[in-house]
Amino acid sequence: MSTAVAEVVEKKSEPLFSKKNRKLVSNPLDIDNPITVQVLGICSALAVTTQMKPALVMAIALTVVTASSNVIISIMRNTIPSRIRIIVQLAVVSLWVILVDQLLKAYVYDVWKQLSVFVGLIITNCIVMGRLEAFAMGNKPFPSLLDGLGNGFGYGIILLIVAFFRELFGGGAVFGFKVFEAIGFHYKGNGLMLLPAGACIIVGVIIWVQRTLNGYRETH
Amino acid sequence: MKLAMENLISIGVRSIFIDNMIFAYFLGMCSYLAISKKVKTAFGLGVAVIFVLGVTIPINWLIQNYVLKEGAMAWLGADFSSVDLNFLQFIVFISVIAAVVQLTEMAIEKFSPALYGTLGIFLPLIAVNCSILGGALFMVGRPYNLAEATVYGFGSGIGWMLAIVALAGVREKMKYSNVPAPLRGLGITFILVGLMSLGFLSFMGFAL
Repeated sequence: MSTAVAEVVEKKSEPLFSKKNRKLVSNPLDIDNPITVQVLGICSALAVTTQMKPALVMAIALTVVTASSNVIISIMRNTIPSRIRIIVQLAVVSLWVILVDQLLKAYVYDVWKQLSVFVGLIITNCIVMGRLEAFAMGNKPFPSLLDGLGNGFGYGIILLIVAFFRELFGGGAVFGFKVFEAIGFHYKGNGLMLLPAGACIIVGVIIWVQRTLNGYRETH
Repeated sequence: MKLAMENLISIGVRSIFIDNMIFAYFLGMCSYLAISKKVKTAFGLGVAVIFVLGVTIPINWLIQNYVLKEGAMAWLGADFSSVDLNFLQFIVFISVIAAVVQLTEMAIEKFSPALYGTLGIFLPLIAVNCSILGGALFMVGRPYNLAEATVYGFGSGIGWMLAIVALAGVREKMKYSNVPAPLRGLGITFILVGLMSLGFLSFMGFAL
């Protein structure tokens, strides 16, 4: 789903999107994925993925926060003294997180309840801080926006895949729709999938499959 | 008095084993996975996390209960008794954490250069360790008093250190095993964490 969104954005204003800029959005989806390759933002990826719906909301929230704080930090990058940059970054990020938190509370209260502390924890989500440090501090606002969006989508894809398997095998449903019952098959949920342990093992297997396909290797 | 002590011990044990930051809530996973290759560095980071959690949680408790909570500023006079600053929670908590981390770094650098050598590089990392902010946010959701919050902070830190030292120990030994090439590194580490988390589930049966 996130891929589709990325393509629409790219087609709309072609001249702005040089090959390099397109790479900023497409790389994080696979070979430079924030979760499976850069090892950032793991906490929330594991914690909010027992069901598809909170996972989707979380992915959107994170994409918004990453992209918008990337832009703001990128605009201010030449005026931030490097000694206090972490605290400046944290202040900008928490501003956006407060906005997102209040919006979610107002419009999707039940999901907000389910996500509990994890909306607040977007502030310390390593993806946001990692991209600010690694990209926004040294690039212009527009590429920073694309980089933020790309990393948000890359995070979202993994979140949705993990949530899909956990909800399907743990509760026999997808987006709350009971798949197994609909096709007339009695399925008793596998509790392991809903436990923290299930999430870790699924992410491990996803990394295994992805690296088998794209050939990325680590020595140890 | 005896009852209060029992209560504190129970909160401490709960936060170390049952509500373990890593195995029950996945908080602080990024540095947990990145810095768990050697037991020695893992131990250094663990000690720093215990210290920062143990200091910031009581400070944040005071701020929450005397400034941010609805009606918390009643001590300033009747005019302030209806003020609700809860929406500022995130930005205030993270500022406290970043400030404490910065202060600790400066203090350690000045008074104990040896300790700074081992801990120094980890300290800036801790400001963005989710377990610190997560601990503060969980503390708000639970009806702790100041002593309980302090015990909770130290307990969570100890639980986090246990988890990272244990994982580092296992990963040091992993060097000698023949893991399938695409699974090496991050993949097998995730599966290890999953299995360790299953092990920690056995603590759930304790009634405290």
